[in-house]
Amino acid sequence: MDGSAADGSAADGARLPPPRAGSRLCVRCGERKAALKRPKTLEQICRECFYIVFEDEIHQTIVENSLFKAGERVAIGASGGKDSTVLAYVLSELNRRHNYGLDLFLLSVDEGITGYRDDSLETVKRNEIQYGLPLKIVSYKDLYGWTMDDIVKAIGLKNNCTFCGVFRRQALDRGAALLKADKIVTGHNADDIAETVLLNILRGDIARLSRCTLITTGEDGPIPRCKPFKYTYEKEIVMYAYFKKLDYFSTECIYSPNAYRGFAREFIKDLERMRPRAILDIIKSGENFRISTTTRMPEQGTCGRCGYISSQKLCKACVLLDGLNRGLPKLGIGRTKAGAGADSDGKQRAKRTERNTLSLQGKHGNFDF
Amino acid sequence: MAAAASACGGAGCGQRCSSASASGAEEDAPAERMGRLSISAATACGKCDGGGAAVFVAGGVGMCVECFRAHLFGKFKLAVTSNAMVRPTDAILLAFSGGPASRVALQFIHEMQSKAIQSWETSNSQALPAFGVGVAFVDESVLSARPEHETETAIEDIKSIVSSLSPGDKKVHVVPLEDVFSSGSGVKAARLKEVVGMIDDETGRDDFVRCLRMLSLQKIARENGYTKIMLGTCASGIACHVLAATVKGQGYSLPADVQYVDTRWEVPVVLPLHDCLAQELNLLCELDSLKTQQLLDRPCSGINSLVASFVSRLREENPSREHTILRTAQKLKPFSFNKFSANGYHDFLPSRLRPKFQNVDTNESTFSEILCLICGSPFSERELQNLESTKHMDQKRTDRYTAHCCQSCHFQILPTATDMYEHFFSLLPKPWTEKADTASASNSSLRDQIADCLLDKDDDEN
Repeated sequence: MDGSAADGSAADGARLPPPRAGSRLCVRCGERKAALKRPKTLEQICRECFYIVFEDEIHQTIVENSLFKAGERVAIGASGGKDSTVLAYVLSELNRRHNYGLDLFLLSVDEGITGYRDDSLETVKRNEIQYGLPLKIVSYKDLYGWTMDDIVKAIGLKNNCTFCGVFRRQALDRGAALLKADKIVTGHNADDIAETVLLNILRGDIARLSRCTLITTGEDGPIPRCKPFKYTYEKEIVMYAYFKKLDYFSTECIYSPNAYRGFAREFIKDLERMRPRAILDIIKSGENFRISTTTRMPEQGTCGRCGYISSQKLCKACVLLDGLNRGLPKLGIGRTKAGAGADSDGKQRAKRTERNTLSLQGKHGNFDF
Repeated sequence: MAAAASACGGAGCGQRCSSASASGAEEDAPAERMGRLSISAATACGKCDGGGAAVFVAGGVGMCVECFRAHLFGKFKLAVTSNAMVRPTDAILLAFSGGPASRVALQFIHEMQSKAIQSWETSNSQALPAFGVGVAFVDESVLSARPEHETETAIEDIKSIVSSLSPGDKKVHVVPLEDVFSSGSGVKAARLKEVVGMIDDETGRDDFVRCLRMLSLQKIARENGYTKIMLGTCASGIACHVLAATVKGQGYSLPADVQYVDTRWEVPVVLPLHDCLAQELNLLCELDSLKTQQLLDRPCSGINSLVASFVSRLREENPSREHTILRTAQKLKPFSFNKFSANGYHDFLPSRLRPKFQNVDTNESTFSEILCLICGSPFSERELQNLESTKHMDQKRTDRYTAHCCQSCHFQILPTATDMYEHFFSLLPKPWTEKADTASASNSSLRDQIADCLLDKDDDEN
């Protein structure tokens, strides 16, 4: 068995004839020279065909899941990174081509991170002109009175991602509401969703596990969010951006340079190498999990202070902000029940979850999408 | 390969996975091998205050060796009693690989049996008989290039381990894997090699052999009158399976595999070590010098080994991670076959316990799940639709079999080229293909009745 194991792994995921040396024709059109191996299927195809399948798959996802209705105003969450840049480009392209009738605009959040966000926002501003999409920037400074630079100064480099993640989620919603958007689209890709499925299994979070594979979330809320890249591989997004020479910003956040290298992320990359369809399989598993209807789900209410959706008396952002303003930045970090934060049991639990979330931190700091 | 296989933390993911690491790591100090489960003389036992050397259990207090053993046996016994796994009239077939997990299972079931025998002997009425235990070892040496004498030594070891346990006579069944095929012995081995060789995917081969192993255990149990099959699958093994199944797209059928009881097979399967970590079981073997044998271990490969190494990294980070994974999977809805529901099954229980089981049964429909021909996974909505859509056509036998394979087996086990299907299915063990035949027989018999009135002869040629 050992002998066959070595060559077996190569054939594991891709069921293709053995690659021949030299130039091959695109397996799709059979006319042009193949220029790339498609990460999702390992088919050798030409550049033009890659654009076609890449865009078509996203179009299919949008149509099959009826993500949009004609006439809707859609905010594209734009960070200037590859995912959102490609999303903005492809979405405006598809909107034109298939007459979605959408009113698209870019929505960026300025966290106030010098040397990172200011540079990436420059990219978004160029995108604004390149793609002809209006841009709105909302800043932490305006919304919360704190920039991330200030926050890091106050609390250090530990847990800062928790603040950033919670604040960003709300900032996007507030910005979209300000501009009367009907929907927000984000650039979360298939790799992100597969990672979230795994992380939720590792954490035992059945409530999040049941909704993390939904393509549209918050439909009962004011502004639903959707993920047109749900089935799009990160590698293909990079490839698309590379071949189309799209202008995007690729530096990692200075406050969490290693956020990309979480265990789960690495595991997914290893899996993808072994069997490209594993990413889609994880998402499929996530969609098909038999989650009992009696599973207790947190009840959705509104924050008593700011009116944002919250399952507790105060929303997470208000709790964190409260802590910052009172000089108790540890307040609200970790998973504590409302009001339990003060007693010692709560503190202990918070400490434990803090450790958990640290080791299981994913690409986006926290996985609250 | 070796690095990836060391993965299961040396413990193997239960008796199914046979990690090579345990034998490879033999030189290391025991404490090192156990990771956080270390022996230290400094801490007193948190349970009995007896002092002495304490053993650390993942996420819990330190315990002395006695309490540690009692703690593990307690988990085993709780699993057995609270799921009504063993009835006095049962004959239990323990699947024994020789690894630490199945070794502990053997030890514990032996202890339970000895107690049952004792109380039978001392009781006046002798009303409750003591259950029987047999041990099965599935010999897979035909698939590995191991010298024959090693296999023989290992089998001798197993026999001597079992024979050292008395009272209670335990029969040992050593059965070669190829026995699942019904043809002559030389042909059987060739057939096994051929069908495994037809599977291109490394992970697929691994899983296929695992399915054959279950078939083989079922056959041994059936032919020797056993009423239950007991596996040594432990929490760590289940945690690996949870992730592996997720990665293979088997999210729907996953809860079927992670329960204490699984009656979808002809002979029900029980997992009493469901809540014990591989490290704990390893440690117990170490402390009690329970003899194990790992000569015949085959390392898991492909995705299974990748998952195992991922889980072992997670364990280093947080020793109770495997329990958390298990807890997640247990929140998923089990299937109706994940408990004993036959009429009168619970009659042997004391009357005060009986309602606990019977209440659950009343409004459950009988088991109607369609299972994958190869791996036995229940079909998801999507797969059922697929099957349904092919039913209307009067299909070739091959198409019928293909429709009865779950999507995961379809991808990783069926051959790449569809023209190989016919040959592949013809090689599979009879019990599998017969299942699909009977499933569709009802449909075709209807068709036979009206065949003379059907005008379109084309679709009936096959």
